[in-house]
Amino acid sequence: MPWDRNQMAARAAEELEDGMYVNLGIGIPTLVANYVGDKDITLQSENGMLGMGPFPFEGEEDADLINAGKQTITELSRTSYFDSATSFAMIRGGKIAAAILGAMEVDEKGDLANWMIPGKLVKGMGGAMDLVAGVGRVIVVMDHTNKHGDSKVLKECTLPLTGQGVVDRIITNLGVLDVVEGGLKIVELADGVSDADMRAATQATIVD
Amino acid sequence: MKKIYANAEEALDGVISDGMLIAAGGFGLCGIPEMLLEAIKASGAKDLTFASNNAGVDDFGIGILLQTKQVKKMISSYVGENAEFMRQYLSGELELEFNPQGTLAERMRAGGAGIPGFYTKTGVGTVIADGKEHKDFNGETYIMEEGIFADLAIVKAWKADDTGNLVFRKTARNFNVPAATCGKICVAEVEEIVPRGSLDPDSIHLPGIYVHRIIQGSHEKRIEQRTTRKKEDA
Repeated sequence: MPWDRNQMAARAAEELEDGMYVNLGIGIPTLVANYVGDKDITLQSENGMLGMGPFPFEGEEDADLINAGKQTITELSRTSYFDSATSFAMIRGGKIAAAILGAMEVDEKGDLANWMIPGKLVKGMGGAMDLVAGVGRVIVVMDHTNKHGDSKVLKECTLPLTGQGVVDRIITNLGVLDVVEGGLKIVELADGVSDADMRAATQATIVD
Repeated sequence: MKKIYANAEEALDGVISDGMLIAAGGFGLCGIPEMLLEAIKASGAKDLTFASNNAGVDDFGIGILLQTKQVKKMISSYVGENAEFMRQYLSGELELEFNPQGTLAERMRAGGAGIPGFYTKTGVGTVIADGKEHKDFNGETYIMEEGIFADLAIVKAWKADDTGNLVFRKTARNFNVPAATCGKICVAEVEEIVPRGSLDPDSIHLPGIYVHRIIQGSHEKRIEQRTTRKKEDA
């Protein structure tokens, strides 16, 4: 059985090490926070916060305390607040150890597309371009194929890029791939997924 | 010099005009200068360009100035929450310049710090880099981005003293600090003006040198995505 959303998030959480400062994107990446266990992880929210806590209890929402997805959140005893320029200075400056992000397409050169589909409504890149260009390690978490069954792990991205050569590791419902010299390397297969299944669902060059 | 004004209309008197570039603080609807935006609407100033991370929603924030067609151009990183914005953009009535969020913040910070341009890796190899100067440093490619020098900055803070020292609250600080610094004139609206000496000098988020006019008022502080958990989940 390929991994479900929660299993992908749990696998992504294994990438995080004690003491890391991490930025989680919207969607499956947000679920990663549920699986960090005892590890001492500090979550950054790029609108200006380190030490992001869980959603508030009903009635305790604070309009002045939101995450980058504009959702109400809470603070922790370690929390610090800062302005947007400082927030992206720490991102651009490589102080954030890792970003875990969703994607529309990833390719074998580590190019990432996750902000724009030409001809469709364009909402903007937000902080995604800054994150992928700046953080120590970029981990993409996404389904291996789209709803039509086409591979999202390509030889070359077809959509406008968010970043060029920025992805380090790809975690999908089928397993884990690393961006290496010459293509992608299979690191791990989800339970019940064969090497042949992974290769069949991947358009990108797989190197051994 | 007196910095405290009676209301938003008076605070904007003589500093607002057609065609100007306005830097606005806020992220989503969090920490937006809602009273000053209302006053800009009432002023009727038009052909405005806003450097602002977002464009509000249809009936709140910068969205209210889109309804009245007072905005010519937006410089933003994310504008997804506003139907009227999309309608005007798709029909060609409104110009849009997308900036990556950190690039927008740094452009404001740089402008406020007297830096006309800087190099960043953000956007290299993407459409954002088209037409921009590329330069290599230590084997890596960067693009040049320009500082923003706004005619006017409008920001929202939690507290101010009468000299313009500002304190923000939680994540409502966001773009308010860089936006404030890049304006020739900065007008701040706050929830509370406190007596001089009552703010801890070690805990001022934005020194009063950047703030020229201050108003106090009550804020709606609308929540865009109210998200909660149940007690039993804890």
